Amino acid sequence: MTLGSIDAWWWPFAFILIAGWAMTYPWRALGVYLGGRIREDAEILVLVRAVATALVAAVIGNLICFPAGPAADTTFALRVIAAAAGFAAYFTIGRRVLLGILVAEAIFSFGFYLGF
Amino acid sequence: MPGLILCTAHIGFADLARQAELTMAQAVFMVGAIWALPGMVVLVGAVLSGAGLLAVAFAVALSSVRLTPMVVALVPELRGPRTRRLTLYLLSHFIAVTSWVIAMETVRKVPRELRTSYYFGLGSILVLVNMVVVAIVYAVAGALPPVAAAALFLLTPMYFLTSLWGSAREQAAHIAMVLGLVLGPLLHLVMPGFDLLGAGLIGGGLAYAIHLLKDRKP
Repeated sequence: MTLGSIDAWWWPFAFILIAGWAMTYPWRALGVYLGGRIREDAEILVLVRAVATALVAAVIGNLICFPAGPAADTTFALRVIAAAAGFAAYFTIGRRVLLGILVAEAIFSFGFYLGF
Repeated sequence: MPGLILCTAHIGFADLARQAELTMAQAVFMVGAIWALPGMVVLVGAVLSGAGLLAVAFAVALSSVRLTPMVVALVPELRGPRTRRLTLYLLSHFIAVTSWVIAMETVRKVPRELRTSYYFGLGSILVLVNMVVVAIVYAVAGALPPVAAAALFLLTPMYFLTSLWGSAREQAAHIAMVLGLVLGPLLHLVMPGFDLLGAGLIGGGLAYAIHLLKDRKP
């Protein structure tokens, strides 16, 4: 059974509910169940936060290393240098998220313009 | 501001959904029903490759395991003394990377009894705005100049890179972040499909081990 295998208007929506919602929401509910049994300052939360943070960081790393769409034609070096410079700007000048993004975008766009 | 950047990530998703020949209504429905970009991207990607219901469902489930530790970390901070469990179960649908990062950064400035209302407002606005964004972009996609289309991709990682660093509670999270950044792409090459989960477990576990070692010697 695929998304297009039943020719009815409701089938793609049912497909999204089964393969999408029903596969994501239980993980959230499990988190509420487990989180309700833990105190805010519990030591185990350090581990949980570390795992969650590493997961999100892995998403970031993959986005930079393997982008889709038009950015896929740029060089790996340009993407890493732009991201690193943006983070350095954020880190050294007052921890401003917007500043980090602007610096990274400026360097990336300039490099893209030069053909990297 | 972070919501604005999330919108740009959804611009990319709307474009992907068009390529997969989903209708606008299906793409918008996915935003509301799944509300986790990696899961949505995996679903569309699997549909693009012609996978069946079971294979797609399994891939989406794997990509969403990461939601559990995020919810576990956030729930104790959202919960007040009189918060009902049902409220938390309903709110948990809104937990995804962006609203989690925003909440971890800002929720401590909100009085405890208002935190669930605060998070409901934050989450529902993010979902609704992004459903509208996907609908609009779906309608007008394909008219962007190449440099703008390419530069859009960098918005999401840069936003997460900086705000994730700022929302960290302890040094272990910073170590976990650096490890995850490196392990994610490495594992993606070695065993795609297990990359996110593997990087989370290995990177997070190592960071916690370092945290324990540091605690032991004063």
